[in-house]
Amino acid sequence: MTRDYFFDLVADLKEVLGSSYVFTASFSGESSDFVRFNNALVRQAGTVNQGTVQVDVIKGMRHTLVALSLGGNLDDDKKALHALVNEAKANLEYFEDDPFLLYSTDVKDSLDVVDARLPPAAEIVSTIVEATRGLQFVGIHAQGLTHRGFANSFGQRNFVTRETFNTDFSIYLSADKAVKANVAGKTWKTDAFMQELEKSKKMLSLLSRPAKTLAKGNYRAFLSPTAVGEICSMLSWGGFSEKQGRTKQSPLMQLRTSERSLHPSVHLFENTASGTGTPFESGGYLRPAKVELIKEGRWANGLVSPRTAKEYGIDTNGANGNESPESIEIGAGSLAGEDILSSLGTGVLINNLWYLNFSDRTKCQLTGMTRFATFWVENGEILAPMNVIRFDDSIYRLFGSNLEALTKDRQFMLDQSTYEERSTGSMHLPGALVKEIAFTL
Amino acid sequence: MNHPVIRRICDRKWPVDFWNVRLVTSKNEELSVRQKIVQPARKVLDQGMMVTVLNGSGVGYAATSDLSEHGIGKAFESATAWANQTAQHMVFKAEDFPGVHPQGSYQSPAKNTYHSVSLKDRLDLLKQASEVLSSNSKIVDDEASFSFNDVSQIFLSSEGGHAEQSFHYFYPNLAAVAHENGLTQFRTLNGRGLASQFGFEIFEKRPFKEEAVRIREEAIELLSAENCPTGKMDLILMPDQMMLQIHESIGHPLELDRILGDERNYAGTSFVTLDMFGTYQYGSKLLNITFDPSLEGEFASYAFDDEGNTAKREFLIKDGILVRPLGGLLSQSRAKMPGVANARGSNWNRPAIDRMANLNLEPGNSSFDEIVSAVEDGVIMHSNISWSIDDSRNKFQFGCEYGKLVKNGRVVKTVRNPNYRGISETFWRSLKMTGNQSTFEFYGTPFCGKGEPNQAIRVGHASPACLFEGVEVFGEATT
Repeated sequence: MTRDYFFDLVADLKEVLGSSYVFTASFSGESSDFVRFNNALVRQAGTVNQGTVQVDVIKGMRHTLVALSLGGNLDDDKKALHALVNEAKANLEYFEDDPFLLYSTDVKDSLDVVDARLPPAAEIVSTIVEATRGLQFVGIHAQGLTHRGFANSFGQRNFVTRETFNTDFSIYLSADKAVKANVAGKTWKTDAFMQELEKSKKMLSLLSRPAKTLAKGNYRAFLSPTAVGEICSMLSWGGFSEKQGRTKQSPLMQLRTSERSLHPSVHLFENTASGTGTPFESGGYLRPAKVELIKEGRWANGLVSPRTAKEYGIDTNGANGNESPESIEIGAGSLAGEDILSSLGTGVLINNLWYLNFSDRTKCQLTGMTRFATFWVENGEILAPMNVIRFDDSIYRLFGSNLEALTKDRQFMLDQSTYEERSTGSMHLPGALVKEIAFTL
Repeated sequence: MNHPVIRRICDRKWPVDFWNVRLVTSKNEELSVRQKIVQPARKVLDQGMMVTVLNGSGVGYAATSDLSEHGIGKAFESATAWANQTAQHMVFKAEDFPGVHPQGSYQSPAKNTYHSVSLKDRLDLLKQASEVLSSNSKIVDDEASFSFNDVSQIFLSSEGGHAEQSFHYFYPNLAAVAHENGLTQFRTLNGRGLASQFGFEIFEKRPFKEEAVRIREEAIELLSAENCPTGKMDLILMPDQMMLQIHESIGHPLELDRILGDERNYAGTSFVTLDMFGTYQYGSKLLNITFDPSLEGEFASYAFDDEGNTAKREFLIKDGILVRPLGGLLSQSRAKMPGVANARGSNWNRPAIDRMANLNLEPGNSSFDEIVSAVEDGVIMHSNISWSIDDSRNKFQFGCEYGKLVKNGRVVKTVRNPNYRGISETFWRSLKMTGNQSTFEFYGTPFCGKGEPNQAIRVGHASPACLFEGVEVFGEATT
């Protein structure tokens, strides 16, 4: 089920609905291979083929949505979709005018379709099994095509097909002592995987040293781009949403109201142009190349969905319904990679964070755990792996008063989320050196 | 056997050693009203199948929404190809793979399903609730919502297994956001945990509109409440927070696939090891935990899991001693110990893994008043709002929407931002009193995340009110 299938599916929707109706339609689909590993052997291997179309049936200011998983036979799928759409038409009498309904009527087509070029997943799996023999290698290799599409009754057509892979793995030494790594992108390179594997194996030897348990308190720390990514994911949970801000629920309320600020070196964007997020949204608005969310540590803009735009009388910037970033980026700093350990001096090298949540949402106080290879560093030298420890600290300290530097090199990371379907999002982030992080348990 | 898809599957002889199919049809409706305005309603029709094939010593799966003759054939072909390609590399032996051929059926107990209430009446209920929620200027946002899901699940296997299960899931919610002088407080219907397999009859005991009044008033009350105190003290957890406590610090660590290491790259490992079953003192003698897929109306009740295993009630922790893990047939074979029927996939597009289903803490003997009377200095906490736990499911920190301060055996006032932290290994040993049947309630959520590829699945948790002693409690941030 690809571009032509989707466009053919909705081709006669206008006729089915009749002249007093308009529609917007979104398509989401994938052909994915998923192979998960445990102890360098295959735990589960399989393939998922799926596609879903969602149609907003609109008459004046009344509307309702229907969605259908597609079987792949065009006649059958059309029949099922038309039945749903006709049911939606009949139900419209129960709905009132929606004052916040907004969709694009300015027709802007776009097409970004790639052909499949990755080697067969089974070939890559053989490489992985061969290369990791004898290791406590755990993780998943996912690959395949993802599709997102849009069409409306005004004739607009948009489609993006991407082929990516995401090999996300850890190598365990014992119990919870492990190194985590990820190779992902559009082109599989066995050399790149082998390099990442070797790097992880080298780090594994550091984990064999006796582990250090820190007492609770404040410590200097370096947060890797992956750890910064975990914090960004938490902030994305309403932090950049215009609606959440307008209704006083945003965890970044104090930043929005200028009551508090972050460090002036923090520049944060939704960078659709260089990320992998979908370049259009379900109302048909195309996303701008870049939206500045935080500028020099201060609030710049929120992500505004069409619905929020209508509600508050402002312009939309093509945000999704949740108003969460899909291609988040933080500007680079000045700390060189080779200077990270010496600049940290004595403190904690945090490679991964885990299971974050807000312990005080209004004040953007976050809690979470260290996970995987986190090390105690003294005088710029890694001395010992650390036992997991809980932090509880404010974003205004971590990325504000206690931020010493961001790294010059940034890491581009494809979103690994596969809930219901493979995510198409990405992050482009530096690491962060902080004067203090508060550990509590 | 008149279902055309079943015929397409069962009428052919597939050239493999064993196969099973999970055919899932789901009809979902989402309705919500925010600030008295009906939000875009959504109706979803979702259908697909998962085929799992054992061939030689390999196992493969394929999921497809193409249920035509051709689509089913392609799915079997793809699953067989994976079985053949991985035959030399599987982490378990072919004989460990469960070849189960169940017969039977299951039906949710819902009486007044959403089909029995007109769309107009469903919307009117939500509009009334939103009207109530928003009728105070301190409420800056509100939402009343219903999510309905009718799921038909058919399990078929190569030797004639055929089990049909029909589920009716109902997930109502209410939310009020109160704001004043820079302070925002949230109150929801049981921490968004009122999911069950009942229908509108759940409102007979708890009228939706009356619940909206309570949610609104409690959200406003929190704005002028004192901050939760900090210190070691007694903690009474109500069933809508016990749900999360049981889930995170008993449910996940007892999942056998985690203990076997499958989840170490994503959901995590467990502080529980195989040698602990039968002897480990998980909690005080009052701690009795059951896996109970038979509790009528609880969100994750069912008759068969997705390996085809017949589900029945089992004690996982008895009188405080750890006795049995949460492991399906495959995990049981790998670990060589008995488990439960809990191998489940979140939908047709995900393979079965060890999940929680209904995991309940059995009621004790104390009334709620007796529990409160036993507390000299403590806090009662309701409705989860924040949750975080380490990857071994040991060190946790949880926050609640609403707290009450208890002094010298009496409830004295409301407190806001109640949080607590602890360590699973020791926390359950501080369980001092368990409430009796009059305090026993069950809740559920569709959002338990785990697995690679990721799966969010429905779970249910029932519990009485419980008293824990000497817990680290704290309030809002001071930085």
